Amino acid sequence: MKTKIEIAGVSKWFRRDGQEIIAMQETNLSIEEGRFVSIIGPSGCGKSTLFNIIAGLMPPSTGRVLADGEDIIGKTGHVGYMLQKDMLLPWRTILDNIILGMEIRGVPRKEAVARAQPLMDRYGLKGFGGHYPAELSGGMRQRAALLRTLLYDRDIILLDEPFGALDAQTRLTMQNWLLEIWEDFRKTVLFVTHDIDEAIYLSDDIYVFSGRPGRIISKISVDMPRPRHMEDTVSASFMELKAHLLDLLSGKPSAHIS
Amino acid sequence: MESVQKKGYIIHKLEAAGPAVPRPEKKQVEPFIQDEEALARRTKRVISFGRLTVALLIVLCWELFTRIGWMDAYYWSSPVRILTTTWTQITQGTLLEDIAYTSSSTILGFVGGTLIGSLLGLSFWWSRKFAGISEPFLILLNAMPKLALAPVLVILLGIGFFSKVALAFAMTVVVAALSAHSGVQSVDKDMEKLMYSLGAKRHQVFTKVVIPWAMPWMISSLRINIALSLAGAIVGEFIASSHGIGRMVIYAGTILDINLVWVGVVVLSVLSMVMYMGVVLLEKWLSKGYGMKKA
Repeated sequence: MKTKIEIAGVSKWFRRDGQEIIAMQETNLSIEEGRFVSIIGPSGCGKSTLFNIIAGLMPPSTGRVLADGEDIIGKTGHVGYMLQKDMLLPWRTILDNIILGMEIRGVPRKEAVARAQPLMDRYGLKGFGGHYPAELSGGMRQRAALLRTLLYDRDIILLDEPFGALDAQTRLTMQNWLLEIWEDFRKTVLFVTHDIDEAIYLSDDIYVFSGRPGRIISKISVDMPRPRHMEDTVSASFMELKAHLLDLLSGKPSAHIS
Repeated sequence: MESVQKKGYIIHKLEAAGPAVPRPEKKQVEPFIQDEEALARRTKRVISFGRLTVALLIVLCWELFTRIGWMDAYYWSSPVRILTTTWTQITQGTLLEDIAYTSSSTILGFVGGTLIGSLLGLSFWWSRKFAGISEPFLILLNAMPKLALAPVLVILLGIGFFSKVALAFAMTVVVAALSAHSGVQSVDKDMEKLMYSLGAKRHQVFTKVVIPWAMPWMISSLRINIALSLAGAIVGEFIASSHGIGRMVIYAGTILDINLVWVGVVVLSVLSMVMYMGVVLLEKWLSKGYGMKKA
């Protein structure tokens, strides 16, 4: 399969109080087109730093970042980016929020609405276009935020703990909803989470980061068949992988040798 | 470690030998390390330099334009004239005493108004009824132009020092009360519940939660109040006084000594700025531990 994102020798340093602090150790990732890739790791391990670098919001100290073979260091607009906070503008209706990306790119409103409407109808926001974000539940707001990211129309989507603030029930619904969208659009998804279940359930590949300063300690491919179902989350192999990941994250040495 | 195939997942072998693509040239050079402090220092330097330049430019243009006649020096005076007049006022006149007079009435009014106003605002926490009855009157007092009371206050308290303090006080007390009241209203009811559940008495809730909670609101009114207080003191001197910068300005205006008027304006500006900076320091000291961003 074609490599979509290539991250080679990327690290990030800061200088603070005259001391050099490492935020992320040299990282190599290569993400294939159309894959669902998760990154898990303890908080403060540099996951968000990596995302900011890929999104072009922050230059790395070393290394390079390629998307489709093109250098995208310091260049924004190559990837769709979504955060844990929905970041919907409170004074805009859901519809106007969803078409924000297109509006910024200069797509005429009529055309933007024509593109947004069927997606909203199909992905559970039917009839909510005229509502304001404050009138919707957290799950609905995240749906709107994700549709906004989708309509930005980039092949690569970065999701930074998008369901982190949702309750367990809503989170499950949203995970299935996200998988449905992903199956339909086949975008390359890079997904940050610290929920191990979520990572296994959603991903093709999982990268495990160590604690601060972050580096990749393991790469695991999940080849459980798709579409996945809730029953899969209690299957033997799911449990085994979960145990393995827990060992990795808690820093048990046995996990590295296996 | 080799790649391990398990049922349902594969643990990959990590390439420790480095990236698949060749290292970029940049790698041989120093890594790019973002130095946030150097960046912040540079920004700070640029800001200081910019401020100084603008200040110098204004003074220079003022001086130049009045000399070449683009601005009429009779009305606009000039920096040099203002400085020389200031010097004669300090050495031969009573400028320093006037400054002391105006600033002490301002500060007394400010301190008194802020303290009593804040206490009044805080007291609204004790009784909803008391607060409900008082509120419209407070709003009325806030809307009333206090400066219009100046003649009454001067007649009531005489042309001496205290009529100026009273006016500065009147200017600040309502703002302080309203701010403290907003602070009190913002206290988290659950926090109060928690205190009562810990067995606290009302006065303990008041001192341990309500006052600290309302502090940021009270602090935010300080900057406005110092300026209001100075305005009150000056207007008091305008009406009738034997000392103070306000009196000096009115006097200079009557005898058409425009230079002296400008001296008054400049001195008052400087005085106002110094007191403002004093308030900012006071704020910093008071808001320790509140994690508030200070401009």
